[in-house]
Amino acid sequence: MPENKGLLILSKLQLFVLISVFTLFSPVFSFANEPVSEHKTEVKADTTAAHENHEISATEHSAAGHGEQHGEAVEAFNPGKMILDHVKDAHDWHILDYNGHPVGVPLPIILYDNGLHVFSSAKFEHGHAVVEIKGNFYKLHDGHIYKTDAAGTIEIGEKKAVMNAKPMDFSITKNVLALFIGAALMLFIFLSVAKAYKTRGKAAPKGLQSLVEPLIVFLRDEVIKPSVGKHYARFLPLLLSIFFFIFINNLMGLIPIFPFGANLTGNIAVTMILALIVFVVVNFSGNKHYWKHIFMPDVPVGLWILLIPIEIIGVVLKPFVLMLRLFANITAGHIIILGFFSLIFIFGQKSVGAGLGASVLSVAFTLFMSVLELLVAFLQAYVFTLLTSLYIGSATEEHHHAEDHH
Amino acid sequence: MDLVLPGLGLTFWMLLVFGLLMFLLKKFAWKPILTALHEREHSIDEALKSAEVAREQMAKLNSDNEALHKQAREERDQILKEAKEMKNEIIAEAKKSAEEEGKRMIQRATEEINKQKQNAIAELKGQVATLSVNIAEKLISNQLSNNAEQQAIIASQVNNLNNNQQAIA
Repeated sequence: MPENKGLLILSKLQLFVLISVFTLFSPVFSFANEPVSEHKTEVKADTTAAHENHEISATEHSAAGHGEQHGEAVEAFNPGKMILDHVKDAHDWHILDYNGHPVGVPLPIILYDNGLHVFSSAKFEHGHAVVEIKGNFYKLHDGHIYKTDAAGTIEIGEKKAVMNAKPMDFSITKNVLALFIGAALMLFIFLSVAKAYKTRGKAAPKGLQSLVEPLIVFLRDEVIKPSVGKHYARFLPLLLSIFFFIFINNLMGLIPIFPFGANLTGNIAVTMILALIVFVVVNFSGNKHYWKHIFMPDVPVGLWILLIPIEIIGVVLKPFVLMLRLFANITAGHIIILGFFSLIFIFGQKSVGAGLGASVLSVAFTLFMSVLELLVAFLQAYVFTLLTSLYIGSATEEHHHAEDHH
Repeated sequence: MDLVLPGLGLTFWMLLVFGLLMFLLKKFAWKPILTALHEREHSIDEALKSAEVAREQMAKLNSDNEALHKQAREERDQILKEAKEMKNEIIAEAKKSAEEEGKRMIQRATEEINKQKQNAIAELKGQVATLSVNIAEKLISNQLSNNAEQQAIIASQVNNLNNNQQAIA
């Protein structure tokens, strides 16, 4: 046990180092990001020179045949829209606005619509242009790709719902690219660590190895082994993969500059797949006691009609809650940090001085939140892994009541 | 609403990428890492156990040593004690024999002295007898010539005799 404690302390120390590094850099990144990411406000708050730019960009927009919606967005800073645009997935990786022009990395669009269509997202010109591929017309509207006519008409139905047809969209979006980067990073880290174990044998860990090893040992001995029980070794690869996937992508989401900062683990599709994997693994590894507990609970038969539906709901609800918890925590973290930055521009619209004053507070709060988010990044990965371990443990454990009766 | 609706593309890529990632990590990362960790822990365990055994053996060896030491010390004490006793005995014996020898010598000397004394007395007695005879001879010859002188000679002779006897005694 004392060995484990030692490792735990080591991992705490390394976490502390990580936290301090991020703490040091986060304001730098934040400052680098903040004046450029929302140029729209700066246009409004800054001098006449900037105002001219705004006019130019506005005319350009209208020249490109753009609708009035975008014009409104340029007029006033809309924190809700800005935050949601940052938190949601996107077809290009927006880095900053320069002179009213968005600067970012265009990403490949992959559509399946009677055949595979692949082209660059730059062709959409941020939703201004209609793209024609093999006789089909596509337009980007509010982050979604719709089929349109040659003029790019978007039909708006009731409750602002878009009536246009949607092609199947397998594009390499911002989050998909972040997913690739995260996966590549994980492969790099763990393959090099595995190689280190092979070459160094039983020698003491070194470098990356000593960063990762305490975490692995902590998870194995303090989380997975006690929660899953005696079959824990079978589930170690899955649980470790899940933990490090969430943890690394959480951390990457906190670095606010390309190619990081995507809200990957705060995307419902990502958490849904993770939860789905947990659901499948838990139910496929469930033994007869697990199923008996659901369909033949240890209660009078009359109560079965009440209890069986509850148990079945519970089976689905557990992974569902896993999905929601991770999604909500990470998205909330991103929203709060972006919200603090929005304060600068909301005050900046009143006067430059108020904006500057707000920026001091805002940076202080963002710093605090970033540190808190580092904790949350670890905590959410830990909680997801712990709960998955517990679910697997309860599905695979030998039922003690049944043994007592024999 | 977009926020809580999973997108088709990302769902597809996530499933694909995470599946692949898990497969690759399981095969090429977790397996070697966990095996190596297990082996290392095992070897550390073994090392600790053997260290414990060595420690016990050391302790046992130490106590053996201690016992040997103690025994050696006891033996030394015993030998010393015996030597001391022997020394005392020898000294006592030597003293005793020396004393006896001395006594015997003294006795022998006394005996010798007595014997010499006896001899001397006997010799003296013989001489006295001779002397007496001589005196008597002279007396007898003098008596015959002079009566007064006879008296004087006898008196001096007797006086002499007395003196002699006193010296002998």
